[in-house]
Amino acid sequence: MDSNPKLRTENLTRVVGEKVIVAGVNLTVQAGEVMMVVGPSGSGKSSLLRLINRLDEPTAGRVYLDGRDYRELPPLALRRRVGMMMQMAYLFPGTVADNIRFGPRQRGVELPDEEIERLLSRVGLAGFGGRDVARLSGGEAQRVALARVLANEPEVILLNEPTSALDQEAKDAVEDLLQEIIREEGLTCIWVTHDLHQAARMADRVGLMEKGKLIRIGAPEEMIDA
Amino acid sequence: MLSQFIHDPIYLAAAQALVAGGLALVMMVIAAWQGIRLEKEIVIALLRGLVQVVAVGSVLLLIFDGPTALGFLILAGMMLLAAKTAEKRAGDLPGAFRVSFWGILIGAGSVIILMTLAGVIDTKLTALIPIGSMIVANSMNSVGLALDRFEGEIKAHIGHIETALALGADPKTSVRPYTQAAIKASLIPRIDSLRSLGIVWIPGVMTGMLLGGSQPVEAALYQFVIMAMILTISGLASLVSALLMVGQIFTPADQLALGRREE
Repeated sequence: MDSNPKLRTENLTRVVGEKVIVAGVNLTVQAGEVMMVVGPSGSGKSSLLRLINRLDEPTAGRVYLDGRDYRELPPLALRRRVGMMMQMAYLFPGTVADNIRFGPRQRGVELPDEEIERLLSRVGLAGFGGRDVARLSGGEAQRVALARVLANEPEVILLNEPTSALDQEAKDAVEDLLQEIIREEGLTCIWVTHDLHQAARMADRVGLMEKGKLIRIGAPEEMIDA
Repeated sequence: MLSQFIHDPIYLAAAQALVAGGLALVMMVIAAWQGIRLEKEIVIALLRGLVQVVAVGSVLLLIFDGPTALGFLILAGMMLLAAKTAEKRAGDLPGAFRVSFWGILIGAGSVIILMTLAGVIDTKLTALIPIGSMIVANSMNSVGLALDRFEGEIKAHIGHIETALALGADPKTSVRPYTQAAIKASLIPRIDSLRSLGIVWIPGVMTGMLLGGSQPVEAALYQFVIMAMILTISGLASLVSALLMVGQIFTPADQLALGRREE
């Protein structure tokens, strides 16, 4: 195992009032690794991702990106490097192209039409740039959300149950697409799911969370058997 | 008709207030008959309104010839109370009193000072206080409307806001559509009032001037001045308060700190 992991959390904790949401999570993810995090609803999986993206503030503990404490980075710069895809697409009103341009535009980069088309082809939506997002299916919307994250050229991608709101057909297609893109782009990925079989299909390693704690980490087959 | 029997202007005004209050009570009885139980609220609002407005009238009587500075001091007090009222419309928004106060102070305060310097508002307290209070009240309503809408928009779009943040947007950009919606919502009633001015309604200042014997065109132009001022202060007050509120709902690490329940 590489001694310089891409991402590492150290005793990562979030407490809100009396409630411990994430409890001392120690997680190491190597560059290009797909780490699936599974656990029942309310186990703290999504909260863990929010802490890594710094959408929430840790009460205690640290997150290191390329060995550097992420609090040394401006939050907005961190979030460009550590992209996040949510359960819902949350597309902004307008066209598909408007959505894909959003991230780069925040740092003053205006994506040319050819780049938009390249990203859309990458997610299987060639020619969709001018389409109004209100007219997309659930699966298409999630593909646009993925292209929008990729437009920021992240090094790490956090996926928060990105297929759980889709029907089976769309779910399979988006899952295949994600796997293909993550592998081809060499992205480091933390993928939260409640579906253990999905975890087994996609993961290099699987972490199991319960009541805010990361209670086990292992190879997919070990976790399935356990 | 009343003036045929009552000749003292104070007694006449009191009798007219009695008739107006009585009509409101008749409305209350009709509403109660229809099952709309608002007796307590209506009676309290009527009594409170009467006491407050008579108190202001009495204060104006006492300070009739007071210095202009006193007028500004009274208006500053009104702004504080107005901020307290606007705060109540802001729901869960943090720091709403401070934000409302700055919105009202900058919106109403700057226009009152500019218009006083331009001579549009007379520096006599009998003009400065009533017109100033009207401006303060309107900025209070605009701030209240803007913050109420802002809170609703933010709570309804938490997913979109956090998605924008996760894509590297700054807080201001992530809530821009909702800030704009809030400011717009607070301005629509003012624009509608201005648009229907003279056709659908003849507002208080013009009515008062006409009753006081002013020339209709002069009264009309002065009313337009007031309405344009109200539009300006409404825009300024809601803009300032909505923009200041953006700074209140995010943490220093650009995290949305409003409306999300954690698992």
